[in-house]
This record gives sequence, structure tokens and C-alpha cells, in this order.
Amino acid sequence: MERQFPIRQIMDEQGRIVEHEYRGQITEELVMAMYRHLIRTRTFDRKCVSLQRQGRIGPYVPFEGQEACQVGSALALEDEDWMFPTYRDHGAMMTFGRTLTQTLLYWKGRTEGCIPPQGKKIVPPYVPIATQLPQAAGAAYAEKRKGTKNAVIVYFGDGATSEGDFHEGLNFASVFNAPVVFFNQNNQYAISVPITRQMKSKTIAQKALAYDIPGIRIDGNDIFAVYFHTKQALERARNGEGPTLIEAVTWRYGAHTTSDDPSKYRDQEESKRRRETTDPIMRLERFMQREGFWDENWANDVQERVNAEVEQAVAEMDRYPSANPEDMFDYVFAEPTWTIAEQKQAYMEWKRGMEG
Amino acid sequence: MAEITMIQAINEAMRQEMERDERVIVLGEDVGTNGGVFRATDGLLEQFGDQRVFDTPLAESGIIGTSIGLAVNGFRPIAEIQFLGFVYQAMDQLAAQAARIRFRSAGRFTCPIVVRSPYGGGVRTPELHSDALEALFTHSPGLKVVMPSNAYDAKGLLIAAIRDEDPVLFLEPMKLYRAFRMEVPEEPYEIPLGKARIVKEGEDVTIISWGATVPLVAKLAADMKAQGVDAEVIDLRCLQPLDIDTIMQSVEKTGRVMIVHEAVKTNGFGAEIAALISERALFSLSAPIVRVTGYDTPYPVPSVEDDWLPNAARIVEGVQTLMRY
Repeated sequence: MERQFPIRQIMDEQGRIVEHEYRGQITEELVMAMYRHLIRTRTFDRKCVSLQRQGRIGPYVPFEGQEACQVGSALALEDEDWMFPTYRDHGAMMTFGRTLTQTLLYWKGRTEGCIPPQGKKIVPPYVPIATQLPQAAGAAYAEKRKGTKNAVIVYFGDGATSEGDFHEGLNFASVFNAPVVFFNQNNQYAISVPITRQMKSKTIAQKALAYDIPGIRIDGNDIFAVYFHTKQALERARNGEGPTLIEAVTWRYGAHTTSDDPSKYRDQEESKRRRETTDPIMRLERFMQREGFWDENWANDVQERVNAEVEQAVAEMDRYPSANPEDMFDYVFAEPTWTIAEQKQAYMEWKRGMEG
Repeated sequence: MAEITMIQAINEAMRQEMERDERVIVLGEDVGTNGGVFRATDGLLEQFGDQRVFDTPLAESGIIGTSIGLAVNGFRPIAEIQFLGFVYQAMDQLAAQAARIRFRSAGRFTCPIVVRSPYGGGVRTPELHSDALEALFTHSPGLKVVMPSNAYDAKGLLIAAIRDEDPVLFLEPMKLYRAFRMEVPEEPYEIPLGKARIVKEGEDVTIISWGATVPLVAKLAADMKAQGVDAEVIDLRCLQPLDIDTIMQSVEKTGRVMIVHEAVKTNGFGAEIAALISERALFSLSAPIVRVTGYDTPYPVPSVEDDWLPNAARIVEGVQTLMRY
């Protein structure tokens, strides 16, 4: 199966293009946009870990190491497409249009973090592990029924492939020929459980065979492989050719969340080794150097601008008016039921009593 | 006005809503060519085509999950779960997803789906086909729960459920699908969700019920009248939202309350009603509240189900107990 589903690269670890047919599409403009987004998401991610350590946001889910998966796939989308993310996909969400401030608010435990900018079809991140797959299939089928060219991307991890909803989602999408891309980030650990305990299958991509849809296994740290294969899958979807399963093989350097310690279940030397050899940002840098796109001053400028943007978002978060507990009674139904209205009233009276 | 059964009324409601609103679609297991195992969707495929009425793979979570995606993206799906006992497979999609999309996104995304499902016992079904699970859903904020007991209500409530902006569980007592006919207007009409119906007015005791047990309670109340007990019978029709005003007015009048439901007793919705009455009208009660329900056991095998279900003898005995106060 590993032979049938080889890990595809367009650019190798040294930043060399190995699939030359893509060369013409790799414009300087595209590469610079990719680099900016990679730096932006990594800087933001590190900042969040630091904010969590300072107690300024709640428990945080880092994605460092997976930036190429998230940035590359999100850049492949069109504005009118749908995104069904998980709690680790804020890199993808930010690249697709969710603001940094909204993302910070999410991790600060604010509802505002679940509301995408107007018109952006980014649904609130999913917490159960494969729940979003059938929903994405349904949303995609809706686009097909409406006769649009819009597609849906849905994210999930390696652990999700053990859930029933993984199979139900792929099967429904396959039967309905729905325009959806199932984008798997195989970071090889579900919290502490390695992929070898998750499945006997050698690849995740091979699971596509069961649904008679294309399954593609790519190097998730090669942003070109991510971008172009996702784009092709989206094109297939738009052209009525149905769903695709993409397995992007990657690695999270850090913990599952800021509440766990990865050294308890794996040798963190491996993360160090990968950081030094297969890092997605380093690889793009190598490519840019090799191709003569690299400009140290420009890169410094990118980093400075990103730092400023992140700091501004943190400042906006800090300035945000505190959450109003009364809001928790709203939006359960279009019209509150009498029990909720009554409880809200009682809460407000109790609150006034406490304050008075 | 035509006299039709509940299953015909349900079919008519879907048909008329599909004629009115192109966004309304029907999906589930066997709902297409077969017209549903109870024929609830009979003829819909022929009339509306396979783009609007379609069979799905056999997977409850997938059915509800795809319905959520369709609803978030502009459709108004009516999903059928073939028997309510199979809904456990879809609990995450219902209670953790459909129920919370509006809440999680502060109204940006909504999920106007109707999940229809036959429930209830007394028809000798195989295992897990008879469970009354309404309390699972009334305990899940964000879901509405509707349980009709006759053809007229079924049509008006289903139309209201389809037009509702939030997810609705529409639980159909399968025992009553063809149990009797009643006059049902041919034109579409809505019965607002959250309005109970007083089946019979009375002065001595209030019997609150819903869905499958209502016809039995109504019949017993009529019989009791001859024996000098004037019972008021309330058919809640909808558990979420609940018509608390109708309950309280009746309790204030009679001072005696019996709650009859098929579901197991502990944490059944009857417990919630008893709690609400004790919070609001304890001193109007002249007797402890009586509940006649299923027992706290899994729904039993068909050979003994009649003894498990709330039956005439237990209801009459309960009323006699109440009347001794």
C-alpha cells in the first residue's frame, strides 16, 4: 500500500523542485504569499503558547510544524468555498479569512471567536473528532444541488479515521458525489496514541479505495504539494467529479494542547530532528534561496510586519470589552423558550442583587 | 373534510410543505422508492423526484450529519430515523451539533432540520424498535421536541416544525399511525409548537400525557366520567417548548395530577413536569403527584410488553389513589 500510495512531493527537503510540471505555476507572487502566511501562522502560534503560559488565554492547541498543511490548503480555496475546521486548524482559518483577533478570542473562551467575518463560510471549529465529515458532505451536496461551482474542505486528524463518522462522511460524499475535499493532517499522534495503535493500515490515503474515490498521500511539509494537490482536488469537486481524500503526512513539534507534555509519550528528540530536517518554512526558504527569490531584507520585513500584526491583535483582545454572562442565554433558539427567558431574568436579578 | 389516518396526515404535511418551499427535502433510509417502512413518504419520490427525496446509506449519524450540512447551507431537510431506538447512533450529531450551531455561532449559522422518527411500543416490534426516548432530547438544549397523538395535530405540528428555524425532533407514535381516522383539513395549517391541547375538560383530576398514551388516557377519562370522576386530560403535543400555562391552570383547578408516559420513569419528562408543578403550585395540590410510566428497565421483549407499558388498569388505579385525598 505504501507503494500504491507513495508520499508525493513537489519540492524535496532541500527545497529542490522534483515535479517539474508544476514549475510554471510556481510564481514569485505565490511563493511570497505562502511564505508570508507561514511566518504569520507560526508567529501567531508561538505567541499563543506564550500567552497561555502567562494566563492571558485559556488552554491552547498549537499546530507548529503543520503550517504548510494549513496554509497551503487554505490558499487553494476560492472565496466562496466552505471550510469545516477542527480546533487545531486556526492556521487554515486565519489564512482563509478569520482574523487573528477572532482567533485569540476563541482561545480566550469567547463566542466571538466562533463567528467568521461576514460572508466567510468558516463554520465554528469542531471538537468531537470526525463529526464534521458528514456535515461537510451535506454542505457540499447542497452546493451541488444549487448548481454552484463552490466546494468544501474539511479538516481532520489521523485519530479521526477511527471514528464511525469518518467512514459515514466519506461514504455519503462518495454516494452523493459531493464536491468535498477530505483533508487529513496525519501528524501521527492522537494526543499520545501513535498511528500504529490507531490503524493497521499503512496509509490513510488507501482508505479512499473503499469508497471508490481518489486517495492521495502527500508530504504535508511541502507547501507546493499541499497547495497543488488540494487545488486539483477542489477542481475535481467543482467539475462534478466528486470527493477526494488527501492524506498530508506531517508532525506537530509540540504538545497536543498546552495541557499535556509530549515527552511523556514520545521522544522529543524526534521533533528536534524533524525541525532541523523537514521543517515546512525552512524548506520554502531553501527553495527561495535556490531560485534566487530570497531577500534577507524582505524576509525581515515580513517578520516585522507579522510581529506588529500579532501584537496589534493581542492588544485588541486585551481591549475587548469583557464578556457579558447574560449572552449565554441567547441564541439557543430563534426565539427563547420561556424556561430560558425566565432563567435569564432570574440570573439578571440575582446578579443585580450581588452587585447592589 | 377527509377522514385520514395519522400516517396520511404526516405524508400530506410533507407533501404540502415540499410544494410550498423548494428548500424542503426528504432523506433517510428507505424513504425513496419504498416510501418509508411505514409509508410516511409514500409518493413523494414520484411527485418531487430523486433530487428532493432520496434514500441514504444506512447510517444514522451520517443521515443527521449530512442533514446538518444541508441545513447550514440553505436547505430544510426532513430526515427520517427509521425507528427511534436507532437514534443513539446519531446522538452526537443531534445533541452536540444540530442543537448548538446557532448557539456556538451566535446565530451566524442555523440548523432548521426536522428529524422524524416512529417511536413507542405495543405493536410487537423486535428489540430496540419501541423505545420512547424523548427525555434524551428535552435534556439537550437547542432541540425542540414534538409528539403528536392524532392525525389533525400531526399535520399542523409537522408543518410548524418544518417552518421552524431550529432543529425539531418529531416523534411519531407508531401504534397510532393507523389506529383511527379523523377529519383533517385539506389545506395546510400550523399548530404552534408549545401549545398543549385540552382533550377533555374536568374538575377532579388533571391527567397530563403526550403521544402514544393520549388516546388511552382520553378513553379512560370518558369512562371515569360515568363513574363520577371528572378528569381533565391535557395532551402536551410538544415537550420543548412546554405549555406550562395550560398545565398550571389545570392544576390550580383540580389539585390532583397524574402524568402518563411510555418512557421509563426515572428522569422521564414526567419528572420535570412534577418538579415544575411543585415549584409553582405545591400548595394547590391536595395529593402527591402520580406518575404512570414504563418501568425503569430496558424496553422488554414483545411477549411481556403489555405489562410494561402504562395500561388501563394502572392508570385507573392511579386515579383512584389520587381521588382518595
